[in-house]
Amino acid sequence: MYSYLLPEFTIERKTDRCIKCRVCERQCPFGGHKYDPDFDAMSSFEEVCVGCQRCAVFCPTGALCVQPHHSQYKPNYNWTREKFQDLKKQAETGGIILTGSGNDKPYKVYWDHLVLNASQVTNPSIDPLREPMELRTFLGKKNDTLEIELNKEGFEIKNELNPNKMIELPVVFSAMSYGAISYQAFKSLAMAAKEVGTLFNTGEGGLPLEMRGEYGGNAVVQCASGRFGVDSEYLNCASIVEIKIGQGAKPGIGGHLPGEKVSLNVARNRMIPEGTDAISPAPQHDIYSIEDLSMLIYALKEATNYTKPISVKIAAVHHVAAIASGIVRAGADIVAIDGIRGGTGSAPKIIRDNIGIPIELALAAVDKRLRDEGIRNKCSVIAAGGFRCSGDILKAIALGADAVYIGTAALVAMGCTLCQKCYTGKCAWGICTQDPYLSKRLNPEIVSIKLVNLLRSWEREIKEMLGGMGINAIESIRGNRDHLRGVGLEGWELDVLGVKGAGE
Amino acid sequence: MALNLKSGLRDMFLEGVRPVSELSRYITASGPQVRIDALSLKHKELNDLLREVVSKGAREITIKNVFGQRYISTRLNGISGCNVNLSIYGTPGNDLGAFLNGQRITVYGNAQDGVGNTMNEGEIIIHGKAGDVVAMSMRGGKIFIRNNVGYRAAIHMKEYNDKIPVLVVGGTAQDFFGEYMAGGIVLLLGLSLGEGKNHNAGYVGTGMHGGVMYVRGSMQMSQLGKDVGIYETDDRDLEIIRRYAGEFAQHFGLNTEEILQGNFRKILPLSKRPYKNTYAY
Repeated sequence: MYSYLLPEFTIERKTDRCIKCRVCERQCPFGGHKYDPDFDAMSSFEEVCVGCQRCAVFCPTGALCVQPHHSQYKPNYNWTREKFQDLKKQAETGGIILTGSGNDKPYKVYWDHLVLNASQVTNPSIDPLREPMELRTFLGKKNDTLEIELNKEGFEIKNELNPNKMIELPVVFSAMSYGAISYQAFKSLAMAAKEVGTLFNTGEGGLPLEMRGEYGGNAVVQCASGRFGVDSEYLNCASIVEIKIGQGAKPGIGGHLPGEKVSLNVARNRMIPEGTDAISPAPQHDIYSIEDLSMLIYALKEATNYTKPISVKIAAVHHVAAIASGIVRAGADIVAIDGIRGGTGSAPKIIRDNIGIPIELALAAVDKRLRDEGIRNKCSVIAAGGFRCSGDILKAIALGADAVYIGTAALVAMGCTLCQKCYTGKCAWGICTQDPYLSKRLNPEIVSIKLVNLLRSWEREIKEMLGGMGINAIESIRGNRDHLRGVGLEGWELDVLGVKGAGE
Repeated sequence: MALNLKSGLRDMFLEGVRPVSELSRYITASGPQVRIDALSLKHKELNDLLREVVSKGAREITIKNVFGQRYISTRLNGISGCNVNLSIYGTPGNDLGAFLNGQRITVYGNAQDGVGNTMNEGEIIIHGKAGDVVAMSMRGGKIFIRNNVGYRAAIHMKEYNDKIPVLVVGGTAQDFFGEYMAGGIVLLLGLSLGEGKNHNAGYVGTGMHGGVMYVRGSMQMSQLGKDVGIYETDDRDLEIIRRYAGEFAQHFGLNTEEILQGNFRKILPLSKRPYKNTYAY
C-alpha cells in the first residue's frame, strides 16, 4: 500500500446483518476482509479494496456495501483525485502506472450521437418473428467480379474464390490470450463461439493442444510480436490467422505478461520457461515496413497452404485510413481496427488514456478510403474497441464494418465488473488470473451459456432493428450510411463519419 | 488477369502464377530423389512444386538456380514429417524455412532476410552469409551459417524444457544480436574477424531474459545491452560449445579444434524479468 493515499473505496459492514460466515474473507483475493478470532469480529481493510463488488454480491445477508470513498480532497476540476493518486504513486515507485480494461476517460462516444433509421409508411418494415432475416457474414477477400454459369441444377461459380470464413452473426470475440485470462475464461469463449457459430480470438498465448481439434474451426489465431505458441499446427488448426500489429488500449507498444502469470500450462503454450516474463516487443522485428508486412502475410499464407484468410489488426491512429490501404495492398484479407476505447489485460495508463482515436471515426475513414481506392472488396473490415450493445454494432456495420470484435462486453457477461485490476493477476471473478483458487470460480459450462445468451439476444435485437428499417439481410446495411444520422455533431465530425445530420 | 485500374492494385505475389500441371518441365525425378530447376519460377510456383513432389514421396530434393524465391519449405509443413532434405543452389529469398517444422535445408550460397523465422524444428545450413532477422523467434531446431549474419539476428529466440533452438554463426553479426532472447543457445564464432578485431554488433542482448550466447573473439562491454552480463565459460559451457562448434565444423569442413582454440565468453541475462521494476502496481 502506498502511504498517504486516500482509499478509493469504502466498505460498510452492517453489523446487525453480518453473521461472520467469512465468505467475504474467502472471496477477496486482495485481503480486504479478515476475521479476528480473538474478538470474534470481522474487520475490513479499505486501502486494498479495488471495488470489484465480489464480496458485496456474495454476502449471504447483504451486510456489505462497497462504494467510492466519501473522503475527498478539495474538489478541483484540473487536479482530479485520479491525477492526485497517480502522482503520489509515482513519487513513491518511479514506475509506469499500469491499468486494465478499456479507456474510462470522457472522450465522445460517437455511437451515442448516431441514430438509425426505420420505415414509416413509404416502405414497409419487416417482422423478424415471421420472416427470415440474414445475419450471416463472410470474412475474407471477395473477388472483383464473379463469372456465373447457369445450368440445370441452378448455377455454378466459375471463378476461383478466395478463402472466406462464414460466421452466423457479425460479432466475434476479441483477442484475449490464455495467460492474460484464465483457462476457464478462455475455454468459455471458445465454447460459446462454437455454439453460436462465430469466432473467438486466441490472442498471443497459443491455443492449448487439447482445444485445437474441437475449437480450432472457431478460432482466430494470432501471430504477434512475441510469436508465442506459434507453430504450423497452430496456424493450420484455425479458421483465420491474425497478425497483431497493435491494440487500441496500447497503440505502438508491446506487452509484458508478468512472470507471476506464466504458470506451468501458460509456459507450455507459449514455449517459454515457467515464471519468466513473456515479453512481446513493441514492433514485430521482422516488420519495419508495409513490404515487410506483406512478407509475413504471404509467409502465413504459405504456412497455411492458402486455405485461410489472413487478418491484420492495428490500433486506430491518426493516419489509419492510409495504413489500412497499405495493409490491403500488402495482401491482407481482413483488416481489424481497434479504437481508443479497446480493452487490455495490462497497459500503461498514460497510453491507454491518451493514444489512438475513436473507432467510429477510424472505421468511417477506413471504409471511405478503401471505397475511394476501389479496393474495399479486397478485404473485410472488423471494428473493435468498446462495443457495448447491439445498437453500437449495427451502427458500426452501417458505417462500413463487416463485423465487430467484442472483448469487454463479453467479459462483463462472464462476471467482470471493470475494476481495472486485471494486471494484478488477482481477478476475484476468476477471469484475469492464473491462480487456480480464483480461476476455478469460473465454470466454462455455465459461463459459456451466458456468452451464448448475450450473442443470441443481440442477434434478436439486430434483427428487430433491421426489420424496422425494412431490411432483411445484414449485407444490405453494410456501409449504408444513409441509414445513419448524426445528433449533436459538428460539421467536421459529420464529414469524417460520412453521415448527414438528423433532419437532413 | 483482372487488374484493378482505379487503384492500380497488383498482386505482386500471386499474379501470373501458373498451375502445377504446367510446371512439370522444371522437375527431374528419380524415385525419392528430385531435381527442380527454379530458373524463372515464381515464389509460389516453386513452393507449389515442392509441395507436389513431397506429397508424392520425394525426400531428397535438389533445387538449382534459385534466385530470390521466398518461403522455401514453409508449405511442406503438415505433409512431410521430418525426413525431407532440400539442397538449394543459388540465393533463396526472404523467409527461407519460415515456420519450418522438421525439414533439413542446405544452401550452397548466401541467404537473404528472415532465415528460419519462427522455426519450430529442423535444420538450416547456409554455406555463405545470411541477411537480417535470422532465427527470429526460433523455438526449436538448428541453424548453421558459415559466414556473417546481418542485423537483428536471434531476436526473441525461446525455449521450453528440452526443446532448445541452436544458432551458430561462423562470422560476425550486426546490431541487436539476440535482442529480447528468451531462450536458446547462440554461438557467434567470429572466424571472419581479423587478428585483434572486435565484433561489430551493438546493443547485443538488449532485453534478453533467457538463453545463452557464446561469443568467440573480442566484444566490449559497451557493445552489450544493459540487461546482460558477460562471463567466463565453465566446463559445462565448453561441452556445449564443443558439441555445436563440432557440428558447425563438420558441416563446413572446418577443424573443430582450431575453432575451440579461440577465447569463448558467454553472455547471460541479468534477470529473467528485466522489466519487473518498470511498473507501479
